[in-house]
Amino acid sequence: MRPVQQELSDKLVVLGDAMLESTPVFDDIVVRVRPDAWRHAAEVAKDELECDYLSFISGIDWAPAPREGGEEGSSDTSAPVQPTEMTFGAAGSAGRFQVFAHVQSTRRHWGFTLKSDVDEADPRVESWVSVYPGADWHERECWEMYGFVFDGHPSLRHLYLPMAFEGHPLRKDFPLLARVVKPWPGLVDVEPMPGEPASEPTAADAAAEAGDAS
Amino acid sequence: MSTTGTPTPDLRLDPGALRHLADAQMNVELDTGDMILNLGPQHPATHGTLRLVVRLDGERVISADPVIGYMHRGYEKLSEFRTYPQITTLINRIDWLSSFANEVPFMDGAEQLMGVEAPRRATYIRTVLTELSRIATFLLFLGEMGLQVGALTPAFYGFRDREHILNLIEATTGGRFHPNFNRIGGLKDDLPWGWIAECRDAMKIVFDACDTFENLVLGNEIFAARTRGIGIVPGEVGAEYGMSGSNLRACGVDWDLRRDGRPYLAYPDIDFAVHTHPDGDSFSRYVVRLEETRESARMVLQLLDAMPSGPIMAKVPRIIKVPEGEVWVETENPLGQMGYYVVSKGATGPFRVKIRSASFSNVSILPWLLRGVYVPDVITILGSLYFILGDIDR
Amino acid sequence: MVSALSTIAPLALDVGWGTTLALKTIIVLMIIPAGAIILGYVFLLKMMSHMQSRLGPMDPGGFHGWFQLVGDGIKFLQKEDVMPAESDRRVFAMAPAVVVLSTFLIFAVIPMGPDLVVADLDVGVFYALAVSSLSVVGVLMAGWASANKFALLGALRAAAQLIAYELPLLLAVVGVVLQAGTMSLQGIVYAQRDGDIFGFSGLGEPFIFTQFIGFVLFLVAAQAELTQTPFDMPVAESELVSGYMVEYTGFRFLFFFIGEFGTAFAFAALAATLFLGGWSLPGVTGDWANILGPFVLFAKLMFVAFLMFWVRFTYPRLREDQLQALAWKVLIPLGLVNIVLTGAFKVGF
Repeated sequence: MRPVQQELSDKLVVLGDAMLESTPVFDDIVVRVRPDAWRHAAEVAKDELECDYLSFISGIDWAPAPREGGEEGSSDTSAPVQPTEMTFGAAGSAGRFQVFAHVQSTRRHWGFTLKSDVDEADPRVESWVSVYPGADWHERECWEMYGFVFDGHPSLRHLYLPMAFEGHPLRKDFPLLARVVKPWPGLVDVEPMPGEPASEPTAADAAAEAGDAS
Repeated sequence: MSTTGTPTPDLRLDPGALRHLADAQMNVELDTGDMILNLGPQHPATHGTLRLVVRLDGERVISADPVIGYMHRGYEKLSEFRTYPQITTLINRIDWLSSFANEVPFMDGAEQLMGVEAPRRATYIRTVLTELSRIATFLLFLGEMGLQVGALTPAFYGFRDREHILNLIEATTGGRFHPNFNRIGGLKDDLPWGWIAECRDAMKIVFDACDTFENLVLGNEIFAARTRGIGIVPGEVGAEYGMSGSNLRACGVDWDLRRDGRPYLAYPDIDFAVHTHPDGDSFSRYVVRLEETRESARMVLQLLDAMPSGPIMAKVPRIIKVPEGEVWVETENPLGQMGYYVVSKGATGPFRVKIRSASFSNVSILPWLLRGVYVPDVITILGSLYFILGDIDR
Repeated sequence: MVSALSTIAPLALDVGWGTTLALKTIIVLMIIPAGAIILGYVFLLKMMSHMQSRLGPMDPGGFHGWFQLVGDGIKFLQKEDVMPAESDRRVFAMAPAVVVLSTFLIFAVIPMGPDLVVADLDVGVFYALAVSSLSVVGVLMAGWASANKFALLGALRAAAQLIAYELPLLLAVVGVVLQAGTMSLQGIVYAQRDGDIFGFSGLGEPFIFTQFIGFVLFLVAAQAELTQTPFDMPVAESELVSGYMVEYTGFRFLFFFIGEFGTAFAFAALAATLFLGGWSLPGVTGDWANILGPFVLFAKLMFVAFLMFWVRFTYPRLREDQLQALAWKVLIPLGLVNIVLTGAFKVGF
């Protein structure tokens, strides 16, 4: 960890009891704050920790993704298989949703990540727009992707997605529609040159055989 | 800046403000209606599918609302279903003009999680290719900024000189625009024979090109009249909006992640200067990028002189499973500060990737910046902020 | 004109005034598109390309693509006539005609030889400048009738700009008129041919030497009248994408194109006549002047056009308020100073 980051780590006590946990992660410091102190933490970061630069605000959904192809999994060994239990990352979490942000200081050259829990049943988060005006777009994106409602945001509307879009795509229970429409074919062998016979039976051949057999 | 309540709009009084207020007064008395103009999504000035809905009073902008998302490809969602090597093909296409630079922070993060360090030669080559992509992007900017204000010719010079850099990148990686060359632990291939000598020749061309642009564009009085004092962003406001890279350095903020952030790639081994400009207007953004192009060329020459020999790939297993953990990596990309927050749960692909792209924050300042600005100046500002749609929309 | 035709020996014809008028009209009608095509090809397609380190059209017609613009003209003629649904149809249709009309009318007074002029008016210069401002009306008609906000923005900018730059154009020409002592263009050419520079009469006295300020003013103002960069706000390609012409397709767009380059041709011819001596070549008189005159004028005109297009492809464009400030605060006072100086020198020497 860089010396300035160590220095920042020592100064984090100014957050007081807003801070629930703090963990160093490689060169970064991850601080988990109480949900009702989310904006207060931003104000402290900006005023007392000299973090004038807002990098991003986004969310994490810790629920495990539903496995492709049902319980037995797909035959595709190239797609990543994520664990089925819900585990949390650095500085822990109280539940499925978390909002996290990263702020930096242009003068002191330090920065840290803030995380906060978001209630699954009533996902409300305090808005940072009054502290960092740039939070406007980040919070809009976070709302449309996760469904977190930011209190105090001037106008929470869609940023990337069309106006009539329903659902919150980055949640784990929102399927990747492209793969629902057409299942991932898995590892496909090299196709033969035109005129050459296939060296191994391809998926199309297998389907044709299955079609002939039935 | 008050920390409670809603932010008060900054009226930005300038010496000409009284004259403009008088115009506004006349319009109120004559009750001329406002006009809503759609700049884009198909428009030569908006660099792609950005849509700016501006409300005009005559030729002055009252309010501007950027509408983005025409190119949203859902990379963060897609990344959750792909392995790490597959994700490099995706993230190449975020900032497509400097594709190699997009891969670097992601690979750096994965390597940190795995505890693998790329060999020194691979690090040096990665740095060279990153700086080459920076030069390529900036050469395009230097040319097309002239195009935005009406000079047709510098754009062609920019493209012509960029060809040399793209040829170099193609010789090494096989792709002009989307190299897809990084692997966890190093690079896919070594440099071809004779590449270093050609790269040195290309750097000479880059220096000449920078001189040409300085004379042809910066020295032109009309260009100066069109860009000086246009789109001034104070440093504090820029930082609050997350503006980064050359845009922020042009406001006088002396901050460059290659020098001030976590040491990455080969930057600790070479000397380079960080250029800032106090004004914060469109002219200063051009000057800063011009100087950074020259600086990048000098850095490439230093790296080529000090290029170590050795392997270009560390020992990594064939099927890469990245251990559980999370990491935040940010780098100084040509467009600004790019960062990846990678959350891994021990699988062959990440659990969550948050892509922090520079242009997203650079463009979010537009509603604040474009109030009270003339329509031609909107075009100048859009050109000088230099965003890539793939970077905004991911 | 009659005597000219009768003196060119092989064409010793005795024709009446009706035939003469018809001949003159046909010649002018042919010259404008031909001139537009030549200017467009040489400067827009070839010179601009070479300045931008590329080649330009090379295939059409075989030799360096000389057929490109003629082919473009034919292509435009066979396109569908599209009009915006909400446009004002009659005004929309008439606007290109009005713009091109002013170009044709300028050519009525430009002399190409001692006897080769359609109408040698005593107030030739006055007539030429008056008629060139007709295009403003055409531009406004085009912008308004297009029912398109971008077109309207472009047309309003154009109207303000074209009106503002009429004055420097005029003031530059007044200096020439003062020095020549006549407003007739033929008279101005004679004044240049028969004058002398400090007693040396070999070159005549092209007014570019004594009226250099006027020449520069005329070129700048002509650049603005043609809405060429650095004054092309009305047609700013990267903002308004053709401004007032954006809704025009097919042969109507062809009219605008011919109008743009034809007017460039006409202004270059005017500048050559007023400042470079027009059709006169030192040492050439009589019948040879009638034969060589058009070619000499063409050469001088191409030189002036080269200057105009060179500036066009080099400079960025001025913003509308900067453009107006340049006209009213810089060019007009300069023009007035020029007139005063000319008058003083004329009286003093």
